[in-house]
Amino acid sequence: MAEIVLDGVTKRYPDGALAVQAVDLTIADGEFIILVGPSGCGKSTTLNMIAGLEDITDGELRIGGDVVNNKAPKDRDIAMVFQSYALYPHMTVRENMGFPLKLAKVDKATIRQKVEEAAEVLELTAHLDRKPSNLSGGQRQRVAMGRAIVRSPKAFLMDEPLSNLDAKLRVQMRTQVSRLQRRLGTTTVYVTHDQTEAMTLGDRVVVMRGGIVQQVGTPKELYDTPRNLFVAGFIGSPSMNFLPATVENDALICALGSIPLDDNHRRALQARSGEGPVIVGLRPEHFEDAALIDSSHPGVTFDGTVEVLESMGSDVFAYFTLEGERATTAELEELARDSGSVDAAAVDQLVTRLDPNTGAREGESLSVWFDPANVQIFDPQNGDNLTAASAQVSTGQHAADTTGRTED
Amino acid sequence: MAATGAQKSGWGIANLAVIAWALFPVWWLVSLSFKVPANIATDGGSFWPTQWTLENYRGIFKLGEFVHALVNSIGIAVISTVIAVALATMAAYAIARLRFPGKGLLIGMALLIAMFPQISLVSPLFSIERGLHLFNTWPGLIIPYMTFSLPLGIYVLSAFFREIPWDLEKAAKMDGATPAQAFRQVIAPLAMPGIFTTAILIFIFCWNDFLFSISLTSTTASRTVPAELGFFTGLSSFQTPTGAIAAAAVVITVPIIIFVLFFQRRIVAGLTSGAVKG
Ligand SMILES: Nc1ncnc2c1ncn2[C@@H]1O[C@H](COP(=O)(O)OP(=O)(O)O)[C@@H](O)[C@H]1O
Ligand SMILES: [Mg+2]
Repeated sequence: MAEIVLDGVTKRYPDGALAVQAVDLTIADGEFIILVGPSGCGKSTTLNMIAGLEDITDGELRIGGDVVNNKAPKDRDIAMVFQSYALYPHMTVRENMGFPLKLAKVDKATIRQKVEEAAEVLELTAHLDRKPSNLSGGQRQRVAMGRAIVRSPKAFLMDEPLSNLDAKLRVQMRTQVSRLQRRLGTTTVYVTHDQTEAMTLGDRVVVMRGGIVQQVGTPKELYDTPRNLFVAGFIGSPSMNFLPATVENDALICALGSIPLDDNHRRALQARSGEGPVIVGLRPEHFEDAALIDSSHPGVTFDGTVEVLESMGSDVFAYFTLEGERATTAELEELARDSGSVDAAAVDQLVTRLDPNTGAREGESLSVWFDPANVQIFDPQNGDNLTAASAQVSTGQHAADTTGRTED
Repeated sequence: MAATGAQKSGWGIANLAVIAWALFPVWWLVSLSFKVPANIATDGGSFWPTQWTLENYRGIFKLGEFVHALVNSIGIAVISTVIAVALATMAAYAIARLRFPGKGLLIGMALLIAMFPQISLVSPLFSIERGLHLFNTWPGLIIPYMTFSLPLGIYVLSAFFREIPWDLEKAAKMDGATPAQAFRQVIAPLAMPGIFTTAILIFIFCWNDFLFSISLTSTTASRTVPAELGFFTGLSSFQTPTGAIAAAAVVITVPIIIFVLFFQRRIVAGLTSGAVKG
């Protein structure tokens, strides 16, 4: 177990591609940290540099206080779980799991005992003498985990370890990984492109884009106060709605109507350097069917035609098409590309998550309420979250400084 | 989709036809080798020998030349195969794994050598080997055999190495293996089918070679069996050595069959399955 420190770590591949730029990160002893970001953002490269599978072009990497830039993987005492599992096909499960110990010249009896202990934890005891080709996907995944845990390394590195499993198994294994990490208390760096995994697993999450760290924080910090458009759009599912808006007469004018500014917003807008239009961000879960809201509750309502209604049982998602232009920035386009066509369409659309008791009907008009205090304002120039910089956005403490208004 | 009965029997007949087509000349050779030499001129056309005899076999093994040539063949083919496979394995591994400038050129050159008409090199090789005192020696054949079998070996093996997931090697490194341990304990066992396939191909190439053997040897000090066959004479000048040649041909075919059968069991397809994904 050890602390891992990345100090300005940079990777430039021989072909000139700058994959990771000046990453500063301190991973505490025993911490579970997640690297998340769209495909190609440099997560694997960062992980491979920590592992020693890739050279570090610039910067310093320290594990447990020692600079390890030039140490071979085998001298770093770190275990890795690969996305492909990378099990040795010619060895049995027992041999696979015992391989690191065999290389470390541990005596046979100890290897046997440790492998059997790990197999017990991972429920692999019955499969110890089978070959990987005879195992199911989930079992292979557990063998890969087992191979990592048998030798009690200083840290675990996992590169999308669950992404080859089907959805149900993935959720199951997610819990198991989490439990295992808590139990062993080993420093873990976990790479994923799935924001749900990132939010549920990690003590802290590192959001990366194009080789640059966008924000580091607890899942809640990233959700509540994303530092920029990219983090705001990446964290949360379905993603945050973004609408272009102008500032006029102490209000934000956008496709949802006129949203009165509160103190926090005013401070945010004053603090920004430029002028001109902004981007307004609102999470789907911050909307509600106006009919279900106590009229004493201040807020903004707008009317729209429910285009698609998806009931998930616990929630109902209502989709609206908005008039006017959609917000476009490089960040949002990258997010849309990364998430595929479904969410790319959602850029045009307003997604709202409503209470299951809503009376909404597909094709019918619905009055939708939201609290202006939940509105986040972004600078379209650089994508910065202006509101996050000036104060924490939180529900509950807003009633005092917002005036309830109804827009029709 | 299950094959219907008609489809199955159709395939069966087609397979039998192909096998018969391929084996007929072999049978003819075997049949000839068991016929009485004096009668071959009259008996030659019949499918079965009218009178079975081992006379041809006894005859060729009584000839010192044939036994010499057989020893040469085995020795030269085995040595060439071992060296060529060892070199090809290393070269192919490097080609499959490493990015280095001129890699494409190297593969291209290797293929070019394999495609080069060997006959055009015989005269220069003859002169070179005379100059270097390699003419009519084992190394004098081993070196050209390696030259022409290496490109093929490298090509086949690099295809096999490319099939082995690179992640396995990374995993071995993470598990604490040195590069040599990773190669010996993880990569080499997985590359075995490829190595055996290559060994068979190279061995067959060396074993069957006639051109170099006839051109670069002058005595049974290094002449191999395919070339030696050409020097067979009948027991008398009135007799063609048909039976003896047939017997010798059968004798040199047997090792190849044994070699292939022995290694074929090791060529287990899909050995790498289960390494990755789920
Ligand atoms: N071996 C390599 N040589 C050159 N460029 C590479 C290499 N590996 C990755 N890259 C590039 O580096 C960037 C980051 O890759 P990677 O770390 O694999 O991304 P991620 O794991 O986040 O999907 C990508 O743009 C990719 O094309
Ligand atoms: Mg990756």
